Amino acid sequence: MNLIRLEELFADPRDLALFHALQEGLPLLARPYAALGERAGYTEDEVIARLEAWRTSGLIKRLGVIVRHRRLGYLANAMVVWDVPDTEVRRVAAELCQRSFVTLCYRRPRRGPDWPYNLFCMIHGQDRNRVESQVRQLIDDCGMASWPTATLFSSRCFKQRGARYIPENRMVSSVRHGQYA
Amino acid sequence: MQEQTIQQRLLNDFQRDFPLMPRPYAEIAGRLGVTEDEVLIALRELTEDQTISRIGAIIPPNTAGASLLAALAVPPAQLGEIAEWVSSLPEVNHNYEREHRFNLWFVVNASHAEHLDDVLRHIEHRAGLPVLRLPLLEEFHIDLGFPLEFSGFS
Repeated sequence: MNLIRLEELFADPRDLALFHALQEGLPLLARPYAALGERAGYTEDEVIARLEAWRTSGLIKRLGVIVRHRRLGYLANAMVVWDVPDTEVRRVAAELCQRSFVTLCYRRPRRGPDWPYNLFCMIHGQDRNRVESQVRQLIDDCGMASWPTATLFSSRCFKQRGARYIPENRMVSSVRHGQYA
Repeated sequence: MQEQTIQQRLLNDFQRDFPLMPRPYAEIAGRLGVTEDEVLIALRELTEDQTISRIGAIIPPNTAGASLLAALAVPPAQLGEIAEWVSSLPEVNHNYEREHRFNLWFVVNASHAEHLDDVLRHIEHRAGLPVLRLPLLEEFHIDLGFPLEFSGFS
């Protein structure tokens, strides 16, 4: 993993403040970028220019409305995993990504006999039977029948919200004060 | 095709390329043929009823800070209790029960790798269970948002 500290990524402390303000979401006010700027020490124009730059550089992959799919009836949420030979994984992943119902696709490390799977994809559907038939279709179409697989439907959502990258000092102080004890 | 409501178009058409201009909601209103106030009211309602998480930015994993998909194999009788305190950690942003021996799946976000490791070791210590650590190695799919089908959903 190529991990970057936020403090290194954002040399200007105003950028770090803007990034943190943005994580809470764009305010629902007529001039939301001016409101973010007030918290970060930037003008409205500067906020817009920073966000444009982050979107161009890929730091922001997508800026927009983030829906809670479960609230919209998408309750059949399956994480489908396979143990794909390393030499095949990119070919298979490219084929999975062609399907409109595959919303995310990742490679992750295998973890011994308990967790032998290295390729993950997510399918969000409104109907469990339909998702199951989509999984069978993927296995047929992509030639995956001989590889170990598992389909993990989610049954309860305990928490779903955007990522917040908590600064280290907050974590350390809350440990000291027993929040994590 | 049935005409979509303002709320459906707000949910579907503005998941990416959100307008970067001083009055973005006025721009959206112009495209939908309604007023800026109507857009703001509709978005507030969708936020209040939890249909929208927020209007925000999706950051690719590990470009800023460190994140990891993690899982625990929790004895069913303890699942509710453990899930509750895992959810309460500020570094955990998604937490789901899934149908598998590894039945609790969550995403941990931290400002850097050592912080991430501290959180995972804390979870292992408190749960008395090993955490399955599944960092992202490669992302194949570009997140273009979530295309919604409104048929059969009012």
